[in-house]
Amino acid sequence: MKFVDEFREPELITKTAEEIRRLCDSGRHYRFMEVCGGHTHAIYRFGLRDLLPANIELIHGPGCPVCVLPMGRIDDGVALAQQTDVIFAAFGDMMRVPGANGSPLEHKARGMDVRIVYSPSDALKLARANPDRHVMFFAIGFETTAPSTALTLMRAKSEGIRNFSVFCNHVTIIPAIRAILDSPDMRLDAFIGPGHVSTVIGCRPYEWIVTNEHMPIVISGFEPLDMLQSIVMLLRQLKAGEAKVENQYKRVVPWEGNRAALRAMAEVFQLRPYFEWRGLGFISQSALRIRDAYAEWDAEQRFRVPGIRVTDPKAAQCGEVLKGVLKPHQCKLFGRECTPEHPIGALMVSSEGSCAAYYNYEHHKTAMVNILSQTA
Amino acid sequence: MSDEDNASASGGCHMCLAIPGKVIEISPDNPDQALVDVVSVRRRVDLGLLQDDRPQPGDWVLIHVGFAMSKISEQDAHDQMQTLRMLG
Repeated sequence: MKFVDEFREPELITKTAEEIRRLCDSGRHYRFMEVCGGHTHAIYRFGLRDLLPANIELIHGPGCPVCVLPMGRIDDGVALAQQTDVIFAAFGDMMRVPGANGSPLEHKARGMDVRIVYSPSDALKLARANPDRHVMFFAIGFETTAPSTALTLMRAKSEGIRNFSVFCNHVTIIPAIRAILDSPDMRLDAFIGPGHVSTVIGCRPYEWIVTNEHMPIVISGFEPLDMLQSIVMLLRQLKAGEAKVENQYKRVVPWEGNRAALRAMAEVFQLRPYFEWRGLGFISQSALRIRDAYAEWDAEQRFRVPGIRVTDPKAAQCGEVLKGVLKPHQCKLFGRECTPEHPIGALMVSSEGSCAAYYNYEHHKTAMVNILSQTA
Repeated sequence: MSDEDNASASGGCHMCLAIPGKVIEISPDNPDQALVDVVSVRRRVDLGLLQDDRPQPGDWVLIHVGFAMSKISEQDAHDQMQTLRMLG
């Protein structure tokens, strides 16, 4: 078993899609939100939309960490790096995200020392290799990524590496789901729950969705058969009038999560009273900051943060797309002013962003259908 | 293939991307460091977040930003395939 190809087997995909059609009540419209950007990407990449009946609508959720970061935080991170002679280290996804004064990549072109790292521990390696420079890691991500940053900070502290700091932008998924459910213009029937976040937090934190909202949620893997099976499980719950937390991704997600990862997060991070999310506004207790015991490695405590606030370009409707109120192509700028080559909003940058996913896979297909229908 | 090529080859970005790999060898001087086969490329992976249930050579793990996040259960994967085959 390779844990990839098996879950793309065409015969089983056809069979599972048939099961979905059997379970679907043709007189009903289903609205399922996939919380995670990785799922959004998979839906477009594998063309899963085409396998589903028209009355199942998939709404893209807020689980793309690059997309929900307000523009001002990019500018803050860059400003921190410019205050002193700093090596600015970040994941590749961050490089083309536009701040008000340009993306990290544009700042690199202007002379800032910007390095792409694959892992927070690579940023720490950079600090070890450059003892006379300061390395600032621009940390971003949900609970999937936060434990890796936490463990890296614990190692920096235990090894006494003082030329290293983290600009922490880690966020947590549950408050974002709450904010979506509180939004008056949002009606949903069920959730496809985030698989990789759940390897860390487990399945229990979703139980309130079932208890308070009486909505089914299935924690799902990312391969085509995983997602289709999750939809089967949701439809079965809805048909039976049930609302349960179910774990489709058992091969990877333990019900209780990863305790060692949660311990590392608790050691290094505490909740911020509130944090701004692009499109969702300020959400209380929705993000992590670095505890005072690690103040020396916290870029926000070590340097002065300008606290830049930038409003999104007026014509861009990133917020509505992030909340699932608009589909990517319904934004006025989509595919015209805003493209993956010249992104205006972060949703067009990250491959998990629904606009980039839609543009790269769906948009061309639609364009082709239009061309074909014109020539016919 | 670099880590970055690997990420894009798998069709995702770093942030949510997690890929399965098979543990080949645990470093003799550091139990948190392992060599893992990821799509036929050997990569160094940090096992520090699996300290409660350490993987052994031959085990499959899910890797995210250079860290193993979870052990993958072959039994659960087989059970899932079995469930799907019984559909219809």
